[in-house]
Amino acid sequence: MIEFRKEFFANERDDNLNEIGKPTRRQDILGHVTGRSPYFDDHLFEGLLHIRCVRSPHHHARIRRIDVSAAEKMPGVVRVLLGKDVPLNLNTLLSLLDFGLDDEPVLSTTKVAYKGEPVAAIIAESEAQARAAVLAVKVDWEVLPHVLDVEDAVKPGAPVVCDVYPSNKFIYHGKFDHQKLRYGDVEEAFARADHIVEGRYQMSPIEQAPMETCGAIAAPEVNDRFVCFTSTQGLFFSLGTAAKLLTMPSSRLHFVGGTVGGGFGGKVDSMHEPLAILGAMLTGRPCKYAWDREEEMQVGAPRGAERWYIKDGIARDGRILARKFTGYFDSGAYTRLSSYAIIKGVGHLPGPYTIPNVYADVFCVYTNRTPATAMRGFGITGVDFAIEAHMDKGAEMAGLNPIDFRILNSYRDGDMKAHRRLAKNCALVECCQVVAEKGGVVLTQASRAATSLLDGGGERARLPSRTATDQNGIVSGFKGGNYAKKGGGASGPQPVALPIAASAPTPASASLASVRPASPTYQPAATPPPAPQPPAPAADTARHGALRFSSLSGFRRR
Amino acid sequence: MAKKPVTFILNGSERAAFAEEGLNLLEFLRRGIGDLSPKYGCGQGTCGACTVIIDGETHLSCLTMAVAIEGRKVETASGLANGKVHPLQEAFMEHFAAQCGYCTPGMLMSAKVLLDRNPAPTRADVIEAISGNLCRCTGYEPIIDAILATANMRRLA
Repeated sequence: MIEFRKEFFANERDDNLNEIGKPTRRQDILGHVTGRSPYFDDHLFEGLLHIRCVRSPHHHARIRRIDVSAAEKMPGVVRVLLGKDVPLNLNTLLSLLDFGLDDEPVLSTTKVAYKGEPVAAIIAESEAQARAAVLAVKVDWEVLPHVLDVEDAVKPGAPVVCDVYPSNKFIYHGKFDHQKLRYGDVEEAFARADHIVEGRYQMSPIEQAPMETCGAIAAPEVNDRFVCFTSTQGLFFSLGTAAKLLTMPSSRLHFVGGTVGGGFGGKVDSMHEPLAILGAMLTGRPCKYAWDREEEMQVGAPRGAERWYIKDGIARDGRILARKFTGYFDSGAYTRLSSYAIIKGVGHLPGPYTIPNVYADVFCVYTNRTPATAMRGFGITGVDFAIEAHMDKGAEMAGLNPIDFRILNSYRDGDMKAHRRLAKNCALVECCQVVAEKGGVVLTQASRAATSLLDGGGERARLPSRTATDQNGIVSGFKGGNYAKKGGGASGPQPVALPIAASAPTPASASLASVRPASPTYQPAATPPPAPQPPAPAADTARHGALRFSSLSGFRRR
Repeated sequence: MAKKPVTFILNGSERAAFAEEGLNLLEFLRRGIGDLSPKYGCGQGTCGACTVIIDGETHLSCLTMAVAIEGRKVETASGLANGKVHPLQEAFMEHFAAQCGYCTPGMLMSAKVLLDRNPAPTRADVIEAISGNLCRCTGYEPIIDAILATANMRRLA
């Protein structure tokens, strides 16, 4: 039930619209109701082969040896793929934006960092034969200690999840082991606040659970090309990723997609297309690689879990003077899109409220969990849960109704936000007023009279007279990619990972540390293992589409 | 593996094909016959995307052996429109009862069996009838509305 409240912002809107406000039919719905919408699997091929992966039963293990000799002799097996068969067996999804280091193999050759990580792929005449052959592959595992908790993972001596990032933290802009936000001086404001409110918030990973599992079918096409039918949500993203991993020009790849059986963010990771095309290249036959439901749930990348510590300083009248965040984003074993989710999330802090002093340290942490990826509003949803739960706590401390407390602190048009842009088209005050009306909550006279259009700007548009900065978490030996450079930049050599100056992050609230539940799995060793050796400097390899997606990264507007 | 001939009626037409022993009806219909309207969602009988009608009853084709349909009548979503779209299909379009569309063929099969048996279902009857069909997009309400609207239109007609 949609209700239009046209009394708000009436003079900012033209109601003489053709489509908005009127129901309209989906253009693809006739295909849906007649069962003729062409999902990736709805294409028939003569001689279709099926790919199934051999997966790690361990959270973290070194691969001593993979013996595929028995599997190769199984009925129906056409070919067994290993990491050495993948032309470029290391990638990070956002390398298309030149953001982050290549960290994830298609088929791992040295070690696995999460349960279900693929190490070999069977190509067989039938799915049942592929499944049977998967069981015949013998992998000699050396089980390694694992870490499943974000704060354990950043302690000195924790198992190194991903060798590319030896501190288990993504390196931002080649400079810091976390994403920073510094605006004003929170410590000075806490000292003069009437109330201090602290909280710890933890969310769980969430599986997108689309009805159609992720998959792709690839087949040799004429003119030395390969066609790929895929469930991807980002067709050109998957095309660029496949072209990079297979080291072939994207003009040789004919991608067909757009009919997706539900995605919700879980179909951007491009795990299937490269392997299906590689299978078609090496066998000369059409190959299908799709997850079954169990794989979708176990190895399909979820929305990453986040842990947030928030500390507010509040004045007697309910105005929030300062807000400090320490966030840990559980990226799982590899980066995928978590690094970007945090950039988005930090841009969103401190929520839709005008707070003159804001501080955030947000860590993209590697653990031996399933890698996390996109899901509906990722980077925002988790921290919004924390912020709004914390707002209720702050309202209670300030002795205000939670809606009055929000209206008092909401952005008004013209206010300066913590990321140094002016707020415009604000509407939170009005939303709060309608929520109160619907919920039968009686607001104060001031809240009822408030509007997003007034009381903003002026003093509230000024940047803080002083911002406290620091060099916490600075690293050396990493180079920033073009992502962070204004207007992009020339393609340079791949950044090189070097050991990082140890800096234990301090939670916003040290006192809360004692009430944290103990980690169920990882106990730090008495003597930390020797520092991991950095990978050898990478050759000056060509950047893949580094600037193609530059408009997505937003740096053109900075 | 031994193959067995299977002869059956699909959406009113006689069909025959060979089925490997142990092959399920979903794969048989999709890759053996070429009717791609039943969908794979879980392969374990929990999601309902593969629902088909056999002799007037809903069945999960992923849990049905292909050889079990010998001599029987099978209906799928691709046969629902007979020259023009079925009133259920029209109502699903009108009520925005499909978003990604992946659960829709199975959902339509469950709805058709319900309305064939009970021309005046209550809302509770509709919810019960589609309780074996998962939908991840719509939140079910538009689907329930579409099925009830079909029943109402039929009564008025």
